[in-house]
Amino acid sequence: MTFEAVSYESIPHALISGIAISLLCSVVGLFLVLRKFSLFGDALAHSAFGGVAFGLFIGIYPLWIACAVAILSALGLSKIRQKFDISGDAIVAILLSTGLGAGVILVSLTEDFEFHDIEEFLFGSAIVDTQNVVTILALAGAILTILFFTYKKILYSTFSEEQAKASGIPVEKMSYLLITMAGVTVVISMQLVGVLLISALFVLPNVSAMLYARSFKQTVILSMLFAVSATVSGIIMSYQFEIAQAGCIVLVAAAIFVGSLVAKGSGLVKTAGILAKRA
Amino acid sequence: MFINNSGVDFTMIVDIQKLSVDYSGIKVLDDISFGIAEGDFLGIIGPNGAGKSTLFHCMLGLRTQYDGTIKFFGQDIRDSRKYLSQVGFVPQKPVVDRNFPATIREVLSMSQNSSDSKKVDEALQKVWMHELADRRIGDLSVGQQQRVFIAKALVNSPKILVLDEPVTGIDQYNQDLFFQILGELNTKEKISIIWASHDLDAVERLASKVACLNKTLFFHGISKEFFSDDEMLKKYSETSMQMHMHHH
Ligand SMILES: Nc1ncnc2c1ncn2[C@@H]1O[C@H](COP(=O)(O)OP(=O)(O)OP(=O)(O)O)[C@@H](O)[C@H]1O
Ligand SMILES: [Mg+2]
Repeated sequence: MTFEAVSYESIPHALISGIAISLLCSVVGLFLVLRKFSLFGDALAHSAFGGVAFGLFIGIYPLWIACAVAILSALGLSKIRQKFDISGDAIVAILLSTGLGAGVILVSLTEDFEFHDIEEFLFGSAIVDTQNVVTILALAGAILTILFFTYKKILYSTFSEEQAKASGIPVEKMSYLLITMAGVTVVISMQLVGVLLISALFVLPNVSAMLYARSFKQTVILSMLFAVSATVSGIIMSYQFEIAQAGCIVLVAAAIFVGSLVAKGSGLVKTAGILAKRA
Repeated sequence: MFINNSGVDFTMIVDIQKLSVDYSGIKVLDDISFGIAEGDFLGIIGPNGAGKSTLFHCMLGLRTQYDGTIKFFGQDIRDSRKYLSQVGFVPQKPVVDRNFPATIREVLSMSQNSSDSKKVDEALQKVWMHELADRRIGDLSVGQQQRVFIAKALVNSPKILVLDEPVTGIDQYNQDLFFQILGELNTKEKISIIWASHDLDAVERLASKVACLNKTLFFHGISKEFFSDDEMLKKYSETSMQMHMHHH
């Protein structure tokens, strides 16, 4: 099988969409991490995989089906979770395995199926199509705009559900909104890093940022910075050494995390509080 | 002197009628009726498990399964949640994730619609926390966090403050300061206060009215009357034996 490295012509496309995707993943991922829902992105991606397989099976371009399947199953499960008081990590496990299970069955049912069809969804691919880049930019822009206007409410419900509710914030609605945005984010990002590696973009930059940041604003800014640097250098590495793009991005993100741990552990950087006291 | 069932009274800003709650068949609040007038400072006392927090959860829309009616400012809370913007709430045990990346200032502005940093500073000053405003919330002691949550309840200038045992974990000196603040908020700024507490001495000193709760409401009225009624006090201490609470 062939893991795609970035080719010269596709570098601008890859970089532009990569930057948009990283910004999106780091912000959406931050809320998931803070909700102790780090693997939720993974769960969404796996159920989206079920959707991709379904799309291939019925012969419709799979990405939008994947999006619908991921969001609907996540919303459904979070309703169930509320009603029966099931823990978040169990929900993640259910979503993840059911999505994958359904996907595998559908793949095995699909006639004249070629692994290549599904490979790009599993491991990501180089984004070459201009139309695709435009869609990614538009969706990322839309979600970031919505987040800009609602982040306070989402943050408050994340911080304390009880207090947020008692001050009149529609906590459930905010949580559905977050799930929906996470679903769209996952489906967009699948193209870049694939189902299997999506958690890396959601989690690594945020955990690295949280090692230093003192405030929420610092966390967001640092995380975005880490995510964008990982993606950009990953794409360039992929082109330079002709190795798989998704793997490069994830490894750079992991290297940033390890670097942050070392820097913090050795006392090189105390906290970002010194940098921006009133961020 | 017993439960006030006088019906609708338009000076009542909170009116609770026949409130009953059960958790899977077990009654925890039974036919509670009382009102809160503007300017009241109501101390709610009752042993562990008496239903104080449950009562608050119903009043604040955190629990919607109950029988009876709760009205704020004359309107049934089932019809509209707008009243919540006029209510500040300090929960019994605010849970703070030690790693939550937010400063105290950010925590206070989460509940604000506008980003009016002056109000945040004022609220923090009231609980003597303004110097720590840029510290991470998780780095504070539990008592300091509790003070932050009191400031948070004040930041939107509420008409009513609901406090569920707000001074647990706060040292004596700061408790006294805090009581002083509550008194001032009540007398100077005319904020009505509803305060659940186990500290009978403090309730006697501060509250103008007392509601004594243990599944049912067995006293609601003027604080002085309760504390000068030995029968009442005896009855109260009997119901709360397990709490080792003594009134000196
Ligand atoms: N989620 C729940 N499920 C089942 N029972 C509950 C639940 N929450 C409270 N209860 C029960 O309801 C009763 C009242 O509890 P509540 O927390 O309102 O008491 P409280 O007066 O606030 O006590 P404390 O002084 O300890 O804070 C208790 O007997 C408790 O066991
Ligand atoms: Mg309680």
